[in-house]
Amino acid sequence: MLYAILCYHDEDTVCAWSQEHNDKVMADLGAVEDKLAKAGRLGPVARLMPTTAATTLRKDREPPLVLDGPFAETKEQLLGFFVIECVDLNEAIETAKELGVANPGGSYEIRPMALMRPGVLPL
Amino acid sequence: MTDPAWIDATLAAARPQAVAALLRYFRDLDAAEEAFQDACLRALRSWPEKGPPRDPTAWLILVGRNAAIDASRRQGRYQALPPEELLSDLEDAETDLAERLDGSHYRDDVLRLLFICCHPDLPATQQIALALRVISGLSVKQIAKAFLVSEAAMEQRITRAKARVAGGDAPFETPGPVERAERLAAVAAMIYLVFNEGYSASGSATEARGPLCDEAIRLARLLLRLFSAEPEIMGLTALMLLQHARSPARFDADGAAILLDDQDRSLWRKRMIDEGLALIDKAMWRRRPGPYQVQAAIAALHARATKPEDTDWAEIDQLYATLERMQPSPVVTLNRAVAVSKVHGPEAALAMIEPLEPRLGGYFHFHGARGAFLLGLGRTDEARLAFDRAIALASTAAEATHIRQHLDRLTRESAAKV
Repeated sequence: MLYAILCYHDEDTVCAWSQEHNDKVMADLGAVEDKLAKAGRLGPVARLMPTTAATTLRKDREPPLVLDGPFAETKEQLLGFFVIECVDLNEAIETAKELGVANPGGSYEIRPMALMRPGVLPL
Repeated sequence: MTDPAWIDATLAAARPQAVAALLRYFRDLDAAEEAFQDACLRALRSWPEKGPPRDPTAWLILVGRNAAIDASRRQGRYQALPPEELLSDLEDAETDLAERLDGSHYRDDVLRLLFICCHPDLPATQQIALALRVISGLSVKQIAKAFLVSEAAMEQRITRAKARVAGGDAPFETPGPVERAERLAAVAAMIYLVFNEGYSASGSATEARGPLCDEAIRLARLLLRLFSAEPEIMGLTALMLLQHARSPARFDADGAAILLDDQDRSLWRKRMIDEGLALIDKAMWRRRPGPYQVQAAIAALHARATKPEDTDWAEIDQLYATLERMQPSPVVTLNRAVAVSKVHGPEAALAMIEPLEPRLGGYFHFHGARGAFLLGLGRTDEARLAFDRAIALASTAAEATHIRQHLDRLTRESAAKV
């Protein structure tokens, strides 16, 4: 089963990271990703820009409304995601824990995926 | 979770919001700062053991307020309050406070705190020092180092600034729309001052002042999260990100400035550029232009050019023309002339800056640019004179070194001709 691991963290905290701390977190996460890739379990990985760069389209009305900022104002923001193949929830939780050791703080939402299209973008 | 680096980052991130809320309670800058300090000390004791609270900012505000009130109570003024060790379990109190914090007056708290540092009576350097101390929480020692003054002198400067702010009418009432817009503009200008204090540093001061750029960007992001629909705040944030992205390429090993055209663009920080481009794109979509957006758009054109010769100078010329209309200033015209020289040649550029001489005659960059245009026209003797004047007016060694390179080249070329 494919799982999305959605990364939530306080973006003020993440933006306050020093370059060194940022590099270390990215390197530590990279090591976990390498392991998952070797096992053939790693799908797309994304890091999102801060929610200050976000725009929201409210399409429940006509014409749709364009708003600045993220969809939901939350204390912790969606800042990225991993797509990972796991046999079951238990393996997904163990994988999320490993990623969490590399990047402590915040929360991961573990969400089974119903559909994934690889798309056509060259990566 | 209880890694000290994580706690430090959390305390730093919570500081502006927490101090701003405490300021609303105490209506006194020193009291608000002390209460926050107190709360941080308690966090350092309590968090490693109990884990971080669900909402660290709310925790710090509540604990800071209680600690201060507790201290007053011991002086016989207030009733007893629960000790902060219990607070992580007091979910209700935290939730209640967090909800009140999410309201709009929370935005105005932070804006007020920033705005207090922009007191019109304070000279720019004091505004910057006060903002760095109170909002960013840099130590007096760090700030003194950035301004190349002694710690005692900086301590005195900050104390004096605080006294002046306390003497004025601190704006505690909730601002109306016009007032809010005015406060935002003043705060944006102050943040850009902080940035430029860091960005204009050169040589040995780069290391000490570099963090000011990061700090200014952090403040702008904070402001943008609170006022997410303000295109000028998007523009300011984009402008600083795009400029700061070039930092790794701006100086050579000896600390001499490297001109934009000569910078190794592969050293530019791509992540900052991408964020800056996304923000200016978003700002311009709103079609409410302003000076920060125009300056960010100019910086974006530089950032988009992978080679100097790919730079869209015609568009930059147009953007500077727009900026001249919004904010007429001889310095803007001087900058525009550089673009004009690339599009229409040095003769047009020279004609554009000649009328500026009376106002910019004492300005290093004026003579530097004039020398370069004259050189482009082959008027080497006049160019040499202009460069000599520029060197005489240079305020940093890096500026002088840069012009001296022009002069050395001139000397070598004329020697080769003989």
